[in-house]
Amino acid sequence: MIGLSLLLGLSLSNKVMIGTAMLGGMAGVVGSFAVLRGRSLVGDMLAHAALPGIGLAFLIMGSRSMLGLSIGALASGLLAIATVTVIVRWTRTKEDAAIGIVLSTFFGFGVVLLSIVQKPEIGGNKAGLDSYLFGEPGNMLTGDLYVLAVVGTLVLLAVGLLFKEFKLVCFDTDFAQSQGWPTLQLDLLMMASLALVTIVGLPIVGVILMAAMIILPAATARFWTNRLHLMLLLAAAFGVAAGPLGTYLGRGLPAGASIVLTAASFFVLSVLFAPRRGVVAKIVSEYQLRRRISHEHLLRSLYELSESELPTIPRLPLLSIHEHRHWNSLEKLLNLEVEAGTIERSEQTVKLTPLGLRRATELTKAHRLWEMYLVQFAGIAPDHVDRDADDIEHLLPESLVLQLEQQLANEGRLPLLIPEVPLSLHDLGTEKPSRES
Amino acid sequence: MLTGAATNVACALIGCFLVLRRMSMMGDALSHAVLPGLVVAFLISGSTGILPLFLGAAVVGLLTTFLTQSLHQYARVPSDASMGVVFTTMFAIGVVLVKKYVSGLHFDIACVYEGSLELVPFADTIAGLPRPLFTTLIVLIVNLAVLIVLWKEFKISSFDGNLATTMGFSSTAIHYLLMTLVAVTAVASFEAVGSILVVAMLIVPAATAHLLCDRLAVMVAISAGVGIAASILGYWAAYYFDTNIAGMMTVAVGVLYALAVLFSPRYGICSTLVRNFQMSLRVFREDLLAMLYRVEELDASKSLTATEARIALGSGWLARLAISNLIRAGGIGKEGDQLQLTVQGRSDARQLVRSHRLWETYLVEHLGMPLDHVHEPANRIEHFIDEKLRQELDAELEEKSQDPHGREIPE
Repeated sequence: MIGLSLLLGLSLSNKVMIGTAMLGGMAGVVGSFAVLRGRSLVGDMLAHAALPGIGLAFLIMGSRSMLGLSIGALASGLLAIATVTVIVRWTRTKEDAAIGIVLSTFFGFGVVLLSIVQKPEIGGNKAGLDSYLFGEPGNMLTGDLYVLAVVGTLVLLAVGLLFKEFKLVCFDTDFAQSQGWPTLQLDLLMMASLALVTIVGLPIVGVILMAAMIILPAATARFWTNRLHLMLLLAAAFGVAAGPLGTYLGRGLPAGASIVLTAASFFVLSVLFAPRRGVVAKIVSEYQLRRRISHEHLLRSLYELSESELPTIPRLPLLSIHEHRHWNSLEKLLNLEVEAGTIERSEQTVKLTPLGLRRATELTKAHRLWEMYLVQFAGIAPDHVDRDADDIEHLLPESLVLQLEQQLANEGRLPLLIPEVPLSLHDLGTEKPSRES
Repeated sequence: MLTGAATNVACALIGCFLVLRRMSMMGDALSHAVLPGLVVAFLISGSTGILPLFLGAAVVGLLTTFLTQSLHQYARVPSDASMGVVFTTMFAIGVVLVKKYVSGLHFDIACVYEGSLELVPFADTIAGLPRPLFTTLIVLIVNLAVLIVLWKEFKISSFDGNLATTMGFSSTAIHYLLMTLVAVTAVASFEAVGSILVVAMLIVPAATAHLLCDRLAVMVAISAGVGIAASILGYWAAYYFDTNIAGMMTVAVGVLYALAVLFSPRYGICSTLVRNFQMSLRVFREDLLAMLYRVEELDASKSLTATEARIALGSGWLARLAISNLIRAGGIGKEGDQLQLTVQGRSDARQLVRSHRLWETYLVEHLGMPLDHVHEPANRIEHFIDEKLRQELDAELEEKSQDPHGREIPE
């Protein structure tokens, strides 16, 4: 990438694009681990806690070189992690409070140091230090790109070599420990790579927005996959895309903020439209389930109403269906059934087709078998089983229905009055209208 | 300094509930997330009046809380990640809005961040008070009033949300109310002290108080006290070093927390170390007494030398200390190199051995443990069996006179 950029002659905007892309990619990878480990806010803490290190490094060296300041930042970031660990381990302060305490006091101390640096008699020139707080990609130097590249390589190398171990620690620390893995060291290594990336990213997007770059791509990727390696790849891709795209779209705006907003829009789109975990997908599948349930309830009601006259299929007056049970939108349901070929209807009557009768028979059978099972084996009173069966009948797989039938038959408890469907255990006429779902 | 103190107390009061609910980071999140609310309120009202700013903060605070909750609940994003996503995005929106519409005006992000008590515009007064002091006082009073009125509700919902729900009030509503208070407090403090001090004051005094006490009312009071102390110390230190006041107050409160961590009477590291040390010393002393008693029991003429005893106890410095300690306390006497139980020491030792053997008997008779497994547990628990328990054990065992190893249980 660096070679490529050199070829392109390294105009400023190219540099910014490449730099932000690299940063986004790295942040995506380390962020994935942080998000999975429930440490999303550690990035935020690190970004804040780096400040005193930056101030001290500046005081000592008296100049702004990314390498020197980064070392200072890294040192105070690591110190912050250590402090949090100690607080959580040795006091009754909980982790969230510990993170908040370390974040704010370190940052406060940093502010104090910076205000000392600012004083004329120290002779410091604070220019450039502010960018550590608020981020200014435009200030990026070619040297900074090399730092980014080196850090990126290191992080990718670590993740590549220790992928299996990181994965294990991420998902089941206790198991990893019981298998003899050095979980503490692995954990620290994960944290250290997080710290490294956070700190090189600080001058580019700033404190808060660096925290966002850690969380957003990873949280976005989580919506699309359940597999870790895919999640890492996706998070890196989202990060890489957000950098240059944000810089490009947000010309004239603070670049850090526009990068983050780009990443945030990826996130929002994923929340809405991701295939399985997305909100839209969930609403659709919920709607489908609801429709299936109403459909099954309708067919069963029709069966129950027709039952007395079987095997001839009677025409049922619409009114009797209304009286049988409460319906939310019966007309729509009936139309759907007509389309599916399960019923015939005229203005005021409904009649099951042979196909409809077969479906309805199966459904009623599942319902009653479950009721019987509850009565026979769980000792529940016959007038209490209808609701339970109502809920579960839609989820009973065919194999289970067969098994139930078999079991009840073995026990000699299957009253085979009608070869297909056992009679209802309770009076259907007195069945109270139950809610449709 | 007054402004600082008022802010600190206002934050410290509600901070207690954040810390107890393990939502400390919500303070950080809200104090950043309100930025767009401020900008929009400013743009709509065209002024930096107090009321629009409060309204903006409250609305955005509620929005942030709502988004965080729903992302967590409906989209299954881990709660910390959802918080992180929402507040950073809000902040980014705020930054963009600032840049786009109000650059160069009152909203200087750097100033919001670092705070500048020095620059508190004292010329600008409301009702005879400097404006920031006035706003923070209002917030302080509001927070205090809400806490007093809804004390029970806050308390119950912080410790047991489900209980609150069964008692008929919504802990969700309390949650949202708390978050609104946090957002409004954060805003009120912005122009005076900067967001970072707000975050610190929301969390650190409460965490400090949490280390010092176990009762909520006391905790809130201590927390407020810590807030005041931090503002005085910070102000003084900033004056002394000629540096940023808000930053120094943060450092001061951090130092107070560190002191509490080290020296809190019940939960401090030092007191825990001291307690552990005293406990091990007592165990060593009692082990020594019991050992001497057993030696006497086997053969009344025999006794141990100090060196033998020390080696038997594990020969660390604690063993040495335990021996000299016991001699000074009059539990044992030293003739030459021989250690002898005094009358007092013998009766103490008899009670210990009695506890030990009663417990062994109990384990064998009532729990059916094998003979060779009862010494270890008895050895550990003998130090914690008091007279009352000894009597109960004795009654339970129908005053047996021998332990399962066939040794006599002393009276």
